[in-house]
Amino acid sequence: MITVLETGVLNSVQDVGRFGYRHLGVSTAGAMDPLALRCGNALLENAPNAACIEVQTFPFKVRFDKAVSFVVTGGEGALTLGERKILPWFVVSAQDGDVLTIDHPTVGARMYLCVCGGINVPEVLGSRSTQLRGGFGGYHGRPLEQGDHLACVGGCVPDGFGALPPSQALKVTCEKEKTVTLRVIPATDYLLFSEDSRKHFWDASWQITAQSNRLGYRLKGGALKLQHPVELRSYGVIPGLIQVPPAGEPIVQMADANTAGGYPRIATVIDADVWRLAQARIGSYIQFQQCDQAEGLRAMQEVDDYLNNIQDIAALYKKSLIRRDAGKAGKKS
Amino acid sequence: MTDTISMLENTPFGHSADTPTISMIGTRAMLFEAPGAFTLACQRRIWALMDACADRADIEEVMPGVTNLMLIFSVPPEDPEAVAGWLRKAWATLPEKHIKGRLFEVGVRYGGELGSDLPRVAEHCGMSTQDVITLHQAPLYTVCALGSVPGFGYLHGLDPRLATPRKSVPSLKMLAGTVTIGGPQAGISALTGPNGWNSIGFTDLVMFDPERDPPALFAVGDQIRFYAESIEV
Repeated sequence: MITVLETGVLNSVQDVGRFGYRHLGVSTAGAMDPLALRCGNALLENAPNAACIEVQTFPFKVRFDKAVSFVVTGGEGALTLGERKILPWFVVSAQDGDVLTIDHPTVGARMYLCVCGGINVPEVLGSRSTQLRGGFGGYHGRPLEQGDHLACVGGCVPDGFGALPPSQALKVTCEKEKTVTLRVIPATDYLLFSEDSRKHFWDASWQITAQSNRLGYRLKGGALKLQHPVELRSYGVIPGLIQVPPAGEPIVQMADANTAGGYPRIATVIDADVWRLAQARIGSYIQFQQCDQAEGLRAMQEVDDYLNNIQDIAALYKKSLIRRDAGKAGKKS
Repeated sequence: MTDTISMLENTPFGHSADTPTISMIGTRAMLFEAPGAFTLACQRRIWALMDACADRADIEEVMPGVTNLMLIFSVPPEDPEAVAGWLRKAWATLPEKHIKGRLFEVGVRYGGELGSDLPRVAEHCGMSTQDVITLHQAPLYTVCALGSVPGFGYLHGLDPRLATPRKSVPSLKMLAGTVTIGGPQAGISALTGPNGWNSIGFTDLVMFDPERDPPALFAVGDQIRFYAESIEV
């Protein structure tokens, strides 16, 4: 059991998302930074879709009511277990009664508290993710509040090792101070925009506005104009899709995006880069970089290789500990 | 930066008379948009295409929209143009799919506090509120697709004389169950929240309940007829 001692608004239970119900209007929800969740689960040797707590308002404080191994991924920042400072991206084991405090990250925007076996809330429509707008899934369909008790499978795994965060392991070209480069594939309506607007889309530094959340990121940095007004029929929307409402400033759809919409589509962030946006903070800047299908697939391969590598390290580390413990036992006898 | 995108170059902009528009949405999703007008016949071909796509091993999810179809791949295609070619051929040859949907008789409490835009709609359309109600009840609507929010049905069938632009200032907390008109479309709001469509009435039906099986009340192909339970103007 985990008890929430202190939380801000909109921290919630999330897994990798709810798939297969889009045709009924149910968005996938799920972790905004799915890579951080997958890394956490890989380090703990959890199932890839085990649920975690997504922390996006800080500080967040929980008490572990039994011994359990955990890892905090996503950003990087100050973590304390009781009085002890601990590292993000490292597997740590807590004792019964230990209090974990997750403070504002210095790198990134969202932190993921992954625990051994995952957060055990009931599955709704095949997922443990909180569908905030629909008010179902996760912990009673709502954000976490002080005093909530979350069941977790629990147990301990070898600790004291970790992973290099993807922000360091998966460098992309043009990564600049306070500017995140996102690789995007032009979408259906790209050529409907004026030539000047198309040029501006690539050249501008787009700032992430305060009107950004799990539904989408609203950007500012100039208005994009169509050559002629268009009336679009509602079509399927996925996270990463960049739409341009009549005012002209783009919105990037994120995990809680509506499943369908009707604004003109200029481009889509490739799967491999969606997590970068989820970790970009309000007020920071985005630069779009054009890419094609083949580049998008290669980028995803890099991400998969990185994840597989973490999984291998976790397995190897466990094996080496077993061997060492076996050696110790041998000496004693 | 050059605008060289092979898939877009090979397709006409927007909707032309006879050629579908096919494009990628990121690396894992593809959007097929049918040419021509929004007719039931066209939507029935989208449903046929939906079934054909669902049978493909490389496609994980299919999501029909209004005369369009989004495909989500389990294995992203290395050659999207090959899939696009397959889609064009399927579109050209598949017969319409007629779905024998259920008929829902939906009782509406027209006007009043929960249908407060009824006078606005009447004024825009240049008719009396009673005429709006009569015309709204007349057709048999068809659920073309579900989307946007859980359980929301995109309906075909609104009398074009009732088309009313969406509001420039949305209602901040429109209740789920509000009977609405947005542009040329009729709807029933599925979630309580901000909504720019015009409210003309209210129904007690629950569009979506995750505990129900299936969770959405309506399915693609279902038919809806509205009738007045009460009128308050």
